[in-house]
Parts: sequence; structure tokens; C-alpha cells
Amino acid sequence: MKARIVVGAHYGLRDWLAQRITAIVMAVYTLVLGIAILSGGAASQESWRALMGNGFFRFVTPLFVIALCYHAWVGIRDIWMDYVKCVSVRLTLHVVTILVLTGYAVWAVQIIWRL
Amino acid sequence: MTEMSKTRPKFLNLAEIRLPLAGYVSILHRVSGAGLFLALPFLLCLLQMSLGTAESFQNFKSIVGNPLVTLVLFGLCWAYIHHFCAGIRFLLLDLHIGIEKEQAIASAKSVLVVSLGLTLVIALKFLGVF
Repeated sequence: MKARIVVGAHYGLRDWLAQRITAIVMAVYTLVLGIAILSGGAASQESWRALMGNGFFRFVTPLFVIALCYHAWVGIRDIWMDYVKCVSVRLTLHVVTILVLTGYAVWAVQIIWRL
Repeated sequence: MTEMSKTRPKFLNLAEIRLPLAGYVSILHRVSGAGLFLALPFLLCLLQMSLGTAESFQNFKSIVGNPLVTLVLFGLCWAYIHHFCAGIRFLLLDLHIGIEKEQAIASAKSVLVVSLGLTLVIALKFLGVF
């Protein structure tokens, strides 16, 4: 039997899955960073800079940032879709959300890679 | 028919809505996520200052030490932990783990308790109580 796809642009499942995968990436990063801080990684500014500037965190922090921005995009977009009925306002909010999140991602990576 | 639809009750008054515990976990997941999103530029500023020069680190410490900012940071700390715990609960529910009524109530309760408890521990640690 041929599967009938009746409506929609079909990005729903992809975003649903992305929401969960990015959540797992962020959860793992949070636990790793939490353990690093608990073992003295933020005892002083020198150790904090050394922690965030080491090869491992220089690699994984940008991954966390990208996961966070994608995750935030799906979540905030859901909020706009639920509560903002006027299409032009909603489109504007979507665009603004994408723009600020892209800016934040670049900003965060620049903070880390400057170390 | 029209008579029926006229008398149909609508429970849309936010002051009168009574949610089950899982409902509070769910709406707080959304509220905390929105709050964290709004706080992102502020948090990025703090991260930048904390990783900057010794001078900017001093600025960071004085900003974070401001009682009002400290309170906001405690709120954001709760938001992050609640979002984290509730998110794990939702992931487990997606995997059909803990979907029985009693387990679901228990997990909703533990999300609320753990996130508030952890926030309290972090806040007390921050304030130098222990």
C-alpha cells in the first residue's frame, strides 16, 4: 500500500528529532563541564581560562553552542507558532529569532576560539 | 446543536486553570526555555567577561556580586536545571519509559524537587554557606 502524505511540508519529524539529538548533546556537555568545574576547573580565572581554552573544550564548546542555537530555534519557533496567529508578525518573529541565534552562535564561538 | 455549543464550558481562564503536576512541569519547561533564550545575550556577555582580561574578570565579579543580578542568575540556574530535568523526563517518555500513571506522577514530582533542590545547593554554595 502506498503511503499517502496528505498535508504539510514534512519538516516536523526532522525538527522533532533534531530537538532531541541537540538536547542529548547539550546534556552530555553540561555533565562534562559540571564535573570539570567541580574538580576545580573554575577555582580561579587562570584555571577557568585554561579549562575553556584547552583543546578538548575548544572543540566541544562550539558543538554545544550550535546544538543550543538549533534547539532554541525549534523551541522558540514552537512558541511563536502556538501563540502568534498573525502570519506577518509570526514570520517577522521567526526571522528575528534566526538572526539573533546565528549572531549568538558566532559570538560564542569567537569568545572561545579567541582564548 | 447551537444551544449545546453555547453552553459548552471553556476553561481558558489562566487564574482558574488547575493543571496536574505533569502539566506544571510541561509549562515550566516552556517558560524556562523562553527565559533562557531571552537571557542568552546577558549570559554571553558574562562568559566573555569571565574569560577576558584580569580587568574584565573584576568587572564580571562585581556584576555577578550585585544582589539583583545574583537573584536573576539563581533564577536562570533554576531554569537551566528544570529544563534539563524535564527534558530528560520527556526523552524517557518518548522511549515509553515511565508512562504508567503512578510513575509519571512520581517523575514529574522528582523533576520539580530535584531542580529546586539543586538550585538551592548551588545558590548556597555561591553565597559561601558551605
